[in-house]
Amino acid sequence: MAEKKKVELLEVDSARIMNEIKKAASPPEEVEHWVTIYVMGKPYKVPAGLTIMKALEYAGYRYIRGAGCRAGFCGACATIYRKKGEYRFRTALACQTTVEDGMYLAQIPFVPANKATYDIDKVKPSPNVFLEYYPEIARCISCNTCTKACPQELDVMYYIQAAIRGDVERVAKLSFDCIQCGLCTLRCPAEIQHYHLAQFARRLYGKYYLKKSPFLKERLKELEKGVFEKGFEMIKKMREENPEKVKELYRYLITKGREKEKKTVENTLKFRGGD
Amino acid sequence: MAELKMIRGYPEYMRESIELVEKTREERIRNKEKEIELELSMKEREEVLSKFHPDYAPGGKRELRIGPNKGDIVPNEVADILEAWPALNPDDVDLSDIDYDVDILVIGGGGAGTVASLWANYEGIPAENILLATKLRHGDANSMMAQGGIQAADRPWDSPIIHYMDVLGGGHFANKHELVKALTEDALLIMKWHEELGVMYDKDENGNFIERWGGGTSRMRLHSAKDYTGMEIMRVIRDEARNRGIPVLEFSPAVELITTEDGEIGGAILWNMETKEYYVVRAKATVLATGGWGRLHIRGFPTTNHYGATADGLVMSYRAGARLRDLDSVQYHPTGAAYPEQIVGLLITEKVRTMGATPVNKYGETFVFPLEPRDVEASVFIRECYARNNCVKTPTGMRGIWLDSPMIEELRGEGAIRKNLDAMYRMYKRFGIDMTKDPILVFPTLHYQNGGVEINANAQVIKANGEPYPRFFAGGEVEGGVHGKNRLMGNSLLDYNVFGRRAGISAAKVARNSGKPGKLTLKHVKLFTKEVEKINVPMWRKSPILLPDYRGKRVLARKIDLPVLE
Ligand SMILES: Cc1cc2nc3c(=O)[nH]c(=O)nc-3n(C[C@H](O)[C@H](O)[C@H](O)COP(=O)(O)OP(=O)(O)OC[C@H]3O[C@@H](n4cnc5c(N)ncnc54)[C@H](O)[C@@H]3O)c2cc1C
Ligand code: SF4
Ligand code: SF4
Ligand code: FES
Repeated sequence: MAEKKKVELLEVDSARIMNEIKKAASPPEEVEHWVTIYVMGKPYKVPAGLTIMKALEYAGYRYIRGAGCRAGFCGACATIYRKKGEYRFRTALACQTTVEDGMYLAQIPFVPANKATYDIDKVKPSPNVFLEYYPEIARCISCNTCTKACPQELDVMYYIQAAIRGDVERVAKLSFDCIQCGLCTLRCPAEIQHYHLAQFARRLYGKYYLKKSPFLKERLKELEKGVFEKGFEMIKKMREENPEKVKELYRYLITKGREKEKKTVENTLKFRGGD
Repeated sequence: MAELKMIRGYPEYMRESIELVEKTREERIRNKEKEIELELSMKEREEVLSKFHPDYAPGGKRELRIGPNKGDIVPNEVADILEAWPALNPDDVDLSDIDYDVDILVIGGGGAGTVASLWANYEGIPAENILLATKLRHGDANSMMAQGGIQAADRPWDSPIIHYMDVLGGGHFANKHELVKALTEDALLIMKWHEELGVMYDKDENGNFIERWGGGTSRMRLHSAKDYTGMEIMRVIRDEARNRGIPVLEFSPAVELITTEDGEIGGAILWNMETKEYYVVRAKATVLATGGWGRLHIRGFPTTNHYGATADGLVMSYRAGARLRDLDSVQYHPTGAAYPEQIVGLLITEKVRTMGATPVNKYGETFVFPLEPRDVEASVFIRECYARNNCVKTPTGMRGIWLDSPMIEELRGEGAIRKNLDAMYRMYKRFGIDMTKDPILVFPTLHYQNGGVEINANAQVIKANGEPYPRFFAGGEVEGGVHGKNRLMGNSLLDYNVFGRRAGISAAKVARNSGKPGKLTLKHVKLFTKEVEKINVPMWRKSPILLPDYRGKRVLARKIDLPVLE
C-alpha cells in the first residue's frame, strides 16, 4: 500500500455531524408506503418495512409485556398470526419479523409451562433421565408441529425424539439456539414442554459430558497458593508511585504479548491438536 | 421515491455499491496481512477521536447541578434523568405497611441480580428470605444478548496479572485497583462455577476452553458458547435460580430506594406496572443490579441494549446519596446494523471482524485497520460517512459502511459463518440478506455504560463522603470503577458474575449478622425534590423513566387521558 496520509485534517463541524446522525437514526418524517395490519382484530395503517414490534408502537401501543431484548435473543415477543385469506397459522418473533399487509396478529405475553426442578449435582444422566422428569415426551405423535412453529428453525421434533432415546448430547446440540419463546410448547398436541426439557439436557451435557478444563484446574491451584499476590502488590505500588511506568509496561505487554501469544498458541495447540 | 426494486434483500441502488465491493474483494483478501499498515498512531487516534467521537464532539454533555456528583460532566440525556423530578410522590406511600419483609432484596433480574441471589442462597440465606424484583421478565436483560464471550486468564501462558494490565490499559488507567484485581482473580472461580452448573462453553477434546482474541487484549482469552454466550450463561443461572426456588417478582421495577433514619438503605418501593399498585419492601440488605443505559439513546444513537436499559439504578441511588463515577465516557460499538431498518442499531459482534471481515466504503476501498480500539474504529467510521461521504445511504436516511462478511467464508472456508456466527446469519436471513454472499451495512451504535455507582471490592456502594454503605451493594453494568473509562469486550459478562457473586456473599453476611434496618423513610426523595426545585427543571421531566417511549408521533399528538379508567 502506498504511503497515504491516514488522517486528513478535515475541517468539520463535529456538533453538526452529531445532529445529522441523530436525524438519520430517528424515524423518517414522511411515509411512502403503508400496510394495514390487524392487532387483535383492529385494523391499523402502519408504514411498510417496520418490524411487527415497531409497527405496534407506531400504532400507539406501548409495550409492558411482550418486549425484552428487541433483538431475537429472549423470546419475549412470541407472536401468532394468520394472513388474510390464508388457512395457515404462523408463528414469529415480533422484533424480528417485518409487517405484511393483511396480517392478523396476536402476541403471546406468557406461556404457562411447568419446569421440572432438579439438583444438578445429584441427578445423573441415564438413558431414562428425560422420561423420568418429563414423562409426557412419550406421548409425542411425531406430527412435527413444534418444528414448524419454531422461529429459530430448530429441529424441535428431532430433539424430542432424541430425548425419548435418552441421547443427551443430541438434545443439547440440536436445541442449543433455543431462545425459550415457548411457541413449540403452545402448539404441541401432546402437551410437551420442549424448551424446559432442552434446558435440562444442555446442563446435563455441559456438566457431565464436557470434560473439565485441565488448564483451569492448574490455575486455580496457583490462585489458592497466592502465587499472584506479590505481582498485584507490585503493580499497585507502581500505579501509586510511577504511573508513567505502568503505561510503558502496558504498552510493552500488549505489543510483545500479542506476538508471543500467536507463537505460543500455534505451537502448543498444534502440539495438543486443539483450536 | 417510487417503489424500490429489491434484489436479494437490498434495493437496486445499493447493489451498485455491492458490485464495487465484490470487485475489490479478491485483492483485499490477498492483502489482508497488510491491513495493519492502516493502524493509526497515537497522535492520529487523538485527531479522529476529538473530531468524530460522539463523546468528544461538543454539545453532548453538561455539568450536573445537583447531587453528590455536582460539577461532574455527563451526557445530557443522563443529566436529564439524574436532575429530574422523582416520579414517585413519597406522600402517596405508607411505609408502615410492609408488603415484603425479607433478608435480601435484589433489584434487577438480569445476570448480576441472578448471580447475587444464587450466591446469597449458597451462603445459607433460605430462598424464601430473598426477593428478586425485576422490570420485565426474569432474564430480559443485556446479559441475554451478549454474543462474543467472557474473559478469564486460565491458560498457563496467561495470568490474572496480564489480564489486569489489559483491563487497566483499556480503561485509560482510570480503573480502581481493588476492583480490577477482584475481577481478574475471581474470573477463574467463575469459570469453575459455570463448569459445575453445566454451561456449554466451546471446548476442545481435552476439556480446555477454546479461546479467541478480543479487542484490546494481549492474550487469546475470550471464552464463548457459539455466538450465544450471554444467552447460554443467563439461561443456565436462571434455571438454577428456578431450581432453588428463588422468589421472583416480574414487571415490578423498583422506583425508589428506601433509606433509614440512620442513613442506611432499608429496601425499596416497587411498582407493579400492570396493576399500578406499589409494594413496600423492607430488607436487611439491598443489592442493586439494574444494568445499563442504552435506551437513553445518548446523542440520538440507536442502541444494542434491551428494552429496559434506562439507568433507573443510577437515578435511585443518586437520590439516596451514592457516588457515581466515570459517567462521562460512553461506549459506542463500531458495528451496529445500519440496514435493514428493522434491525438498525442491533449488534454485529466484533467476532465478524476478528474472523476476517474488513470494513470497506461505498467504493469497495479499505479505509481503516479493522481491529482498532472500539472508540477509534467507531470514529473512523463516522468520518468516512459524514466527513468524506464515502458511505452508502439507506432508504430511511441512515448512513453506513460495508462489513465485507463474505471474506470470512473465503478466508476460513465455506460454512465458517454458519458454524461460528449463526445468530448473525439468522438475523440477516430473516430480512432476506445472505451475509455469506453479500456484505452487511454497519454504523456505530450505543452499547455500554462504562461507569456507574462506585463500589469497593466487597461490592458495597460508596456514599458521597467516600464511606461504604453497610447494607447496600451493587454488581454488573450499573456499577463503575472496574472498567475505568472504557470496558473491553468480554469483561462485562465477567463483571456481572464477579460482582454479582461478591454482592450476594456480602449481602448474606449482613443478613446473617444484623437485625432489621432502622426506621424506614423516603426523606431523601423530599430533600432531592427541594434541590430540583432550585434548578428550573420542566415539570414533565420525571424519572426513573422505566421504559423508553416509541409510540408514533401522530398517535401521541391525539392522545388524551380521560379521568375515568385510570
Ligand atoms: C448486544 C450486547 C452484546 C454484548 N456482548 C458482550 C460480550 O460479548 N461480552 C461481554 O462481556 N459483555 C457483553 N455485553 C455487555 C454485557 O452483556 C452486559 O454489560 C451485562 O450482561 C450486564 O449485566 P447486568 O446484570 O449488570 O445487567 P442486565 O443483564 O441488563 O440486567 C439488568 C436487569 O435489571 C432490570 N431492571 C432495570 N431497571 C430496573 C428497575 N428499576 N427495577 C428492577 N429491575 C430493573 C432490567 O430489566 C434487567 O433485567 C453485551 C451487551 C449487549 C447489549
Ligand atoms: S425450540 Fe421452542 S422454545 Fe425454543 S426457540 Fe424453538 S419454538 Fe421457541
Ligand atoms: S408438536 Fe409435540 S407431538 Fe408433535 S412432534 Fe412436536 S413434540 Fe411431538
Ligand atoms: S424481544 Fe427478545 S426475541 Fe423479540
